[in-house]
Amino acid sequence: MITPRHVAPVAAPHAAGANSVARVMLWVAAALLPATLFGFWLYGWPALHLWWITTASAILGEALCLRLRRQPVRASLRDASALLTGWLLALSLPPWAPWWIGVVGGLFATVIGKQVFGGLGQNLFNPAMVARVMLLISFPVPMTLWTAPIPLLSANAPGFVDGLRITFGTLPAALDAMSSATLFGYARSELSRGVDLLQSLAATQAPPLSLVGERAGSMGETASLLLAAGGLLLLGLRLITWHIPFAMLATLALLASLMHGSDPARYLSAGTHLLSGGAMLGAFFIATDYVTSPNTSLGQFIFGAGVGFLTYVIRTWGGYPEGVAFAVLLMNALTPVIDRYVKPRIYGRDRHGRPLEIES
Amino acid sequence: MGILEKILGRHPHWGVHPDDHKRPAADAPLRSLPLPEVLRVPLQQHVGSPARPVVLVGERVLKGDLIAEPNGNISAPVHAPTSGRISAIGEITAPHPSGLPQLAITITADGADTWCERQPVADPLALAPEEISRRTAAAGVVGLGGATFPAAVKFNLGRRLRVGTLIVNGGECEPYLSADDRIMRDRATEVVDGLRIVMHAIGAREALVGIEDNKPQAITAMRAAAAAFGHVQVRVVPARYPMGSDKQLIQTLTGKEVPADARAAEVGVLVHNVSTCAAVHRALRHGEPLVERIVTLNGGALTRPGNVLAPIGTPVVDLLRFAGIRERPARLILGGPMMGIVLPHARVPIVKGASGVLAFDAAEARTPAAGPCIRCGSCTRACPMGLLPLEMASRIDADDLDGAAGLALSDCIGCGCCTYVCPSHIPLVQYFSYAKGELSTRERNRLREAATRRLAEERAARLQREAREKAVAAARRKAERAATKAAAGAGVPPLRERVVVTPTSETAT
Repeated sequence: MITPRHVAPVAAPHAAGANSVARVMLWVAAALLPATLFGFWLYGWPALHLWWITTASAILGEALCLRLRRQPVRASLRDASALLTGWLLALSLPPWAPWWIGVVGGLFATVIGKQVFGGLGQNLFNPAMVARVMLLISFPVPMTLWTAPIPLLSANAPGFVDGLRITFGTLPAALDAMSSATLFGYARSELSRGVDLLQSLAATQAPPLSLVGERAGSMGETASLLLAAGGLLLLGLRLITWHIPFAMLATLALLASLMHGSDPARYLSAGTHLLSGGAMLGAFFIATDYVTSPNTSLGQFIFGAGVGFLTYVIRTWGGYPEGVAFAVLLMNALTPVIDRYVKPRIYGRDRHGRPLEIES
Repeated sequence: MGILEKILGRHPHWGVHPDDHKRPAADAPLRSLPLPEVLRVPLQQHVGSPARPVVLVGERVLKGDLIAEPNGNISAPVHAPTSGRISAIGEITAPHPSGLPQLAITITADGADTWCERQPVADPLALAPEEISRRTAAAGVVGLGGATFPAAVKFNLGRRLRVGTLIVNGGECEPYLSADDRIMRDRATEVVDGLRIVMHAIGAREALVGIEDNKPQAITAMRAAAAAFGHVQVRVVPARYPMGSDKQLIQTLTGKEVPADARAAEVGVLVHNVSTCAAVHRALRHGEPLVERIVTLNGGALTRPGNVLAPIGTPVVDLLRFAGIRERPARLILGGPMMGIVLPHARVPIVKGASGVLAFDAAEARTPAAGPCIRCGSCTRACPMGLLPLEMASRIDADDLDGAAGLALSDCIGCGCCTYVCPSHIPLVQYFSYAKGELSTRERNRLREAATRRLAEERAARLQREAREKAVAAARRKAERAATKAAAGAGVPPLRERVVVTPTSETAT
C-alpha cells in the first residue's frame, strides 16, 4: 500500500516560490557593493576598518539578543538582516570616524533599534537610521568631522596599519589634517556668515559637486550614481517598487527647483540636492525598508513624497545640514497611520469596502 | 485620486506565475485505465446534501444505473461507474485531509462493463431549456473544475437571471494539471457541442471560451471546433494563476467585476468548466450519466505521468500503479498543488471533482520553515482579490478575528498566491482557513445562543402572562363571589363556589 511519508499536517499550497528573506537581504547587499567598494577606494583603509567594525557590531548585537530571547542564533543570523543594518549604518558614517562610533552605532542599531521591538519585522523605525541619529545627537563632533578623499594607493593615503591607527584613534593628527566640509555643511556655514550661494559655491575652497563623488562625505553620499545604479538593480529584480524612490526624489527635486528658481543665491539647485547627502542612499535603500514603510503602492507613494518633503525642509531650514535620516524616521512614525487609511480596493468592492452596485 | 490611481496602475497585476510542470504529462496521449476490481463511490461528491442510496447490498447493477438519488434542492445523484454487484454500503476514508469517514457504495466489478439502457437525444438544441436542466441533473453532472456545484442548479439560476454570456473556463491555471487541456485537445467538438447545449439551457447569446496561452494545441483545436459557430469565441488569456478562478476569468474576459455580495449570474455571466460542458454533451447526446472523468497523474514520484480516463470511485492506488511508481511518494495530493488537498493514504477513491492526483517526491514536497513577516508586501501585490494578507494574518495571530474579518477576510478565495510568494514562507492560507472556520463556528454559536435566549425569554413572558391572566381571573371570581354573597344576602350561598373554588387551589393550578 502506498502511504505518503509525511507526518506533520500539511496544507495547500504545496508549492513555494524561490524567494526568501536571505535572498532579498543578500541582493540588497550586492546592490550596495559597488558604492561601498568605491568608498573604500576613495577614503582608504580607515573606511574599510570602520565598515567591518560597524557591521560586526551590528551582527554581534543581534546574536546577543537572539541568545537572550532563546531564539535559534545561527538560523536567524542567516537571514542577513543584521549584516545589512550594520552595512547601511557604516555607509552613513564619516569614513574616518573612530572605532567606538562603529561599535556603539552597530550595537545600538540591532539591540535598541530592532531587537527591543521584538526582532525582525517588528521594529517601527529603521534601525540604521535610529543609530545614526542617536550618534549624531550624542557625539556631534566625530559625527561631523569629514575627510577629503585621498584615494587608496595615492601618494599620501594611509596604509593598512595607519588606517587601523586612524580608526583606533592613535593617529589623531591625520584626520585634522585631512578634514573637510561636506557640501551641505559648507553651504550652510557660508550662508550663516552672510555669503550667498552664488559666491560661496564659486569660491576655490568650495567642495566640488562632482558626479563621480570625489568629495567629502560619508561613503553613502559620495557615490550617488553607483547607489542609484544599485537601486535600479533592485527595481529590475522587483525587490523594491518604484513608488518610494520616485516619490521621494521627485518631491525633493520639485521643491529644490522651485526654491532655487525663486532665489538661486539662497537655495541650492535640484541637482545638488539629488546628488549630495543621503538622497540616493535614502531613496533606494533606507526609505524602501520593507518593515518600516507602508505596504500598499499608494501608501508608499505618500510615504516617499513625505520623506522627500521633510528632507528638503530639514536641509533648508532645519538645525542640521542633512535631513534624510530625520525625514525617514518621521515618516516611519507615520507608516502605521498610512497603512490604516490607505488600503487597496478589494475586488467587487468600492474604496470604502462596500460591495459594488450591480449594473443593470 | 483618479490621476494618482492611473499612475499607480488601476489594473492590478495580481496573481503568481509558478513553474507549471504541465509537461510532459500534458503531451502524453490520453490513456484508459484498465477496469479496477473494486470501486468505492462516495455519496457526497458535490456541493450540497449527500445523495441517498437506492440500492441494496448484493444487488446487481449495470454501468450508468442510478445507485443514489439526490437529497434536497442542491444535491446530485450518483450512478454506477461499471456493471457489477453492490458489495457494501458503508463508511470509507473520504478524499479529505481530515481522513474522516464518509458514506460510499462499493461495487465489485463483473468485468463486462455493460451499459444500462441509455436514452440519447438526437437534437438537444430542440429540447426545452427546462428539459436540458432536468436531464443534466439526472445525469449527476456537477462542476468538474473542482467546485463540484450541481450544474443544473446553475442553469436554472442563469435562466432566471437572464444571463447573456456563458464563460467557458479552459484556464486550468493550477500547475501540474492538464485534464482540461487534454479534453480540449482530444474532444474539442464534444466541448463545443456541450457548451452550445449549456447556452441553450440558460438562454445565453454568446459564449467566451477562455484558454491560457500555455496551451497552444488546445487553443487550435477549440478554434477549429468553434469555427462554425459565430457566437462561440475562443479567447486567449495570459497564463497567470489563478486565471481559472471564476471572478478573475470574468474580469479578464468581460472587464466586469462580480460585486462582493452578488453572484456572477447577477452581472449577466455564468461560468462553466470545459470538462463540465463535455459531460453535458455526453449526458444529452449519448444519455450517459457522469461515471468517469479524465484525471491527471503527475509528480516526481511517478514514472509515466499523463492523463487517464478513469471511472469515478477508482482507488488512488490503482491510478498510481498504472502511472508507475518511481519512489514512495512524499506527499499525495488530490487536485493541483496550489489548492489541492492532502490525501491521508492511497486507498481513497477519486470523485467527480478530482482533476488530478499528484504524487510528489521528497524535493517537491519540501516545505520551507516559516520565519517572521518582514512586511515586504509581496502577498499584497500577489492577492488577486486586493486583500492585505499580511495585515489579516497579524490580526489572526493576535487572536483578533474580528479585526481580520474587518479586512474582508470573507472575500479570500484561498488561492494560495500569498503563501506561494511569501519570502518568509508563512502559511498564510492556513491562517485564513483557521480564522474562517473559527468565525463560522462563532457565528453558529451566536445564532444558537440567540435562539436559546429567545426561547427562554418567550417562556418567561408566557409564564408571566399566565400568572397575570390567573390573577385577573381570580380577582374576577372573587368579585363575582362577593357580588353573589351580597345578592344572596342572608340566603344560602351556591354550592359550587363554596366547595370547589378556594383561593389556595386557584394559585396552585
